[in-house]
Amino acid sequence: MDPRLSIIDERLKGIKRIIAISSGKGGVGKSLIASTLALLLVRKGFRVGLLDLDFTSPSTHVILGVMNIYPKEDKGIIPADVYGIRYMSIVAYSRDETLPLRGADLSNALIELFAVTRWGDIDFLVIDMPPGISDATLDVLRLVKKIEFLIVTTSSVLAFETVKKLAKLLVELKIPILGVIENMRLGEESAISRLTANLGLRFLGTIPFEVDIENALGNIDALLRTGFAKRLDEIISGCGLFKILKS
Amino acid sequence: MHEWALAEAVISSATQIAEKEGLKAVKEVKIRIGELQQVELDIFEFALSQLKTGILQEARFVIETVRARFRCRVCSYEWFFERNRLTGDSAEAIHFIPEAIYAFIKCPRCNSPDFEVQEGRGIWLESIIGVR
Ligand SMILES: Nc1ncnc2c1ncn2[C@@H]1O[C@H](COP(=O)(O)OP(=O)(O)OP(=O)(O)O)[C@@H](O)[C@H]1O
Ligand SMILES: [Mg+2]
Ligand SMILES: [Zn+2]
Repeated sequence: MDPRLSIIDERLKGIKRIIAISSGKGGVGKSLIASTLALLLVRKGFRVGLLDLDFTSPSTHVILGVMNIYPKEDKGIIPADVYGIRYMSIVAYSRDETLPLRGADLSNALIELFAVTRWGDIDFLVIDMPPGISDATLDVLRLVKKIEFLIVTTSSVLAFETVKKLAKLLVELKIPILGVIENMRLGEESAISRLTANLGLRFLGTIPFEVDIENALGNIDALLRTGFAKRLDEIISGCGLFKILKS
Repeated sequence: MHEWALAEAVISSATQIAEKEGLKAVKEVKIRIGELQQVELDIFEFALSQLKTGILQEARFVIETVRARFRCRVCSYEWFFERNRLTGDSAEAIHFIPEAIYAFIKCPRCNSPDFEVQEGRGIWLESIIGVR
């Protein structure tokens, strides 16, 4: 038996809610939403962790502008503090190198990371997922009991088609889905809110395509000033889903 | 993986197994550790001795290290892990996440990063001996 598995629950015990930012298709804005969401939640006074689970193409460190992450070692790994976020990414260990992982190795690395990281007591752990129904998705479903999903799509039916597949899997497994965010909307018309409702899921809102968002990457102050961040803030405040019941 | 985190995991799963098997006291726990985990055995043994309580109070821990062996998926070359070929930084990275090895090692024959860790990764509880 793999002893690492028995310690994961213990490691996640102090976390109130764990939210995976996920999508069927790649490139829809998961990493940008995950990073900005973590920053917004910190600004609202929550204790927040951010875990980048896209091991082969990690990006949240670029969005947040943190080039060198040094998690502390104390009976495990204590995540680095990044603008008030407890932050963990494989880049802390792979540095600038390419990390070509196949499925089984990827799973192993993921289990290892969950088994050693000591998040402590936090309100939200936001997880930036790799696209699609990947090994990481299946592992998170297997290992993280209190996982909830936030699904991101673009306005394209191609992206939404993959959302259906992901949602079906999650619904079958009785995993909570907070809802769907439509990102990078270009025109006025879009079928996504209707299609989302047809799936029986909650449509949380739309974020328009923002031409100059590129300039804000790597600078959190600039990022929080974008229309993107403002809109995401409205969505998370408006939906009432990002609350912690005080005990 | 860090010695203390690892020891905690071993204690927790050995306890679970012992309880499930209805043991009153555990006498011996055999553990196999892959070389890639880069575990400092002294610290690991110390951590185990500090963390063992209850059903494991009397347990002796027998630890066997398994050498890490790789096989290239492209050209089939096989080779052993050599720690002293790594820089301090990458050795530390592997200590925490053994798969970080894929960022730092390539096939010595064809330079491909697509190799298999055939042995020497992970940690396993090999056996538990106790009294019912
Ligand atoms: N609303 C938006 N307007 C303009 N550009 C955006 C918007 N949202 C995201 N982007 C840009 O789109 C690109 C993809 O975003 P991001 O990396 O967050 O997507 P992803 O879903 O995480 O991708 P992957 O599936 O590869 O992990 C980035 O360059 C990002 O800056
Ligand atoms: Mg991403
Ligand atoms: Zn080779």
